[in-house]
Amino acid sequence: MTTTPTPPQSVAAAQPGEVPVPTVGKGEGPMARRARMAKKRLSSPWASGIAIILAVLWTIPTFGLFVTSFRPSEDIRANGWWNVVTNPDFTLDNYQAALGDGNMIEYFVNSVAITLPAVFIPISIALLAAYAFAWIDFKGRDALFVAVFALQIVPIQITMIPLLSQYVDWGLAGSFWTVWLSHSIFALPLAIFLLHNFMKDIPPSLVEAARVDGAGHVKIFFRVLLPILTPAIAAFGIYQFLWVWNDLLVALVFAPGTQVRPLTVAIAELAGTRGQTWHLLSAGAFIMMIVPVIVFLSLQRYFVRGMLAGSVKG
Amino acid sequence: MEFIENIGAWIGYLWDPVREFLLEADNPAQKLVLMVIAIVLFVVVMGGILLAVDKPKKVPRWVVTSAFAGPALLAMAFGLVYPAIRTIYTSFFLRNSDEYIGLDNYVTAFTQNEFQIVLRNTAIWVILVPILSTFIGLVYAVVVDRSRFEKIAKALIFLPMAISMVGAGIIWRFMYEFRDPLRDANGNPTTEQTGLINQVLVAVGLDPKQFLLDAPENTLFLIIVLVWIQAGFAMTILAAAIRAIPDDIIEAGKLDGLQGVSMFRYITVPSIRPALVVVLTTIAMGTLKVFDIVRTMTSGNFETSVVANEFYVQSFRAQNAGMGAALAVILFVLVIPIVIYNVRQMRISEAIR
Repeated sequence: MTTTPTPPQSVAAAQPGEVPVPTVGKGEGPMARRARMAKKRLSSPWASGIAIILAVLWTIPTFGLFVTSFRPSEDIRANGWWNVVTNPDFTLDNYQAALGDGNMIEYFVNSVAITLPAVFIPISIALLAAYAFAWIDFKGRDALFVAVFALQIVPIQITMIPLLSQYVDWGLAGSFWTVWLSHSIFALPLAIFLLHNFMKDIPPSLVEAARVDGAGHVKIFFRVLLPILTPAIAAFGIYQFLWVWNDLLVALVFAPGTQVRPLTVAIAELAGTRGQTWHLLSAGAFIMMIVPVIVFLSLQRYFVRGMLAGSVKG
Repeated sequence: MEFIENIGAWIGYLWDPVREFLLEADNPAQKLVLMVIAIVLFVVVMGGILLAVDKPKKVPRWVVTSAFAGPALLAMAFGLVYPAIRTIYTSFFLRNSDEYIGLDNYVTAFTQNEFQIVLRNTAIWVILVPILSTFIGLVYAVVVDRSRFEKIAKALIFLPMAISMVGAGIIWRFMYEFRDPLRDANGNPTTEQTGLINQVLVAVGLDPKQFLLDAPENTLFLIIVLVWIQAGFAMTILAAAIRAIPDDIIEAGKLDGLQGVSMFRYITVPSIRPALVVVLTTIAMGTLKVFDIVRTMTSGNFETSVVANEFYVQSFRAQNAGMGAALAVILFVLVIPIVIYNVRQMRISEAIR
């Protein structure tokens, strides 16, 4: 990951859930406005048709597995999911089997236990560091910040073997601590960079005013900056949450054991060893995906912003 | 003396269950408690540090600075800088031994057939995924901008980005599912296909296909999965860029008689060129590190492995740390030029604004 892929203005305008608000320039005359309105009214039926076809095409694969997860396992083996049109027969058995025999309930708990600290810890550390880079004047600050920026391009693969052997030396291998620590470290360069940019956007007069009132850095950080930054933190927090929840590589390397493995590792393992047990795989996959989908649907605004900001991490 | 030994024994006695709990929590309640403990512990430590430096004027500035920036810098030095150097060093050694072999691992990676396939596949991924995703995303951005179902259509295209690549891998494995078409005496298939794509093939009279097994085209079928995911990303950014094109430029184009495709070609594309480059390079960087899809769908078998997957296999399955390290370094080196280009374009596009 390097940096926000687009300048902030376009990211703000990029939320799919938002009504498009064209920027009304000062010099916009009635001609231009009418032209814009006409363009809007010209929402051509052709475009709408193609849009719908593409959207449906894009959704069919997910929909197919979703339907499958509710079909009796004999039916899944016998014929394709589209047969539900003529022969609707639904059951929750697959979910029961996945949660029970498949142990998915335990892996779900593991996913939760891994994800929450792996979101909270790096954001806190990064906020403090971002504050230092933005508002504390110290020697070598710019050079250090460039270094942090550059660290974003380090692929996490290159760090894994030494980190793992370090954890083994410390006797931590295979515990949650290694996953928390690794995810926190991997998140830092991007988090510091993004949060620093947001902090820099805050008017200096605000910070100066607090300083004149005799507030120290800690007070300024908590009282002045944190409240303003909440939307930015939410956006990055959601991004990091989904990154950790959806991650396979870090968990596979540091937490492969059945005691700590998250859903992603469990599902990948199931796919590798019992790739034909579609009643378990389909239900398991949706148990894994339900959380991101809920987050996506309920927090679309923040979600898209976070996704765009962090899309190159890893 | 005995007293001290006793204390030692007591500490050990008390520590063991704590240690066991901290490292081997094994039921859901314990795990969640452990999770809360970890967060609380972190808050206490960080809060303590901040409280200690929260006395303006009495504390020297460098202490305050290191309280704020220190934890992050230490963590990155420990977890990114040091391991990266260490990995570069490891890549010059044979397997897991300390036998120095110079650049042999790299030579192997570029000359041996098995690894050449890996590099070839990675190249195919990095070229095709950005181009296809961006193209589809662009078409969709243009179309959706003029459609009445903008909101829901965008959400549906973007949804694959939210679900994990493992989930996407499972979803598409099911799409590609193949059943051996046993035939009865009359030559009619007796088994029904359960994968949608093979069902479509059969319906139009073709033979079903082993999409994931038949090399080399199976790599293309894996690539489709990532395109499916990334098109939403491309669409979102490009749609925003298209919307940001000033009306007067579009007006000027119309006055010059541009319409439809020529409008798209001479006005839209040049206007959003910076965004296009950013989307292409961003997706390329992500594609270079693709692991989950390959791992979930084929485990890298049947000649579908890519560098990131081969890194995992060599490092953690084949016990060949030297080779794994070399592959990680190759990944690192490959990503650098894309990043530099990306950052440069971003600078330019910001300067234009």
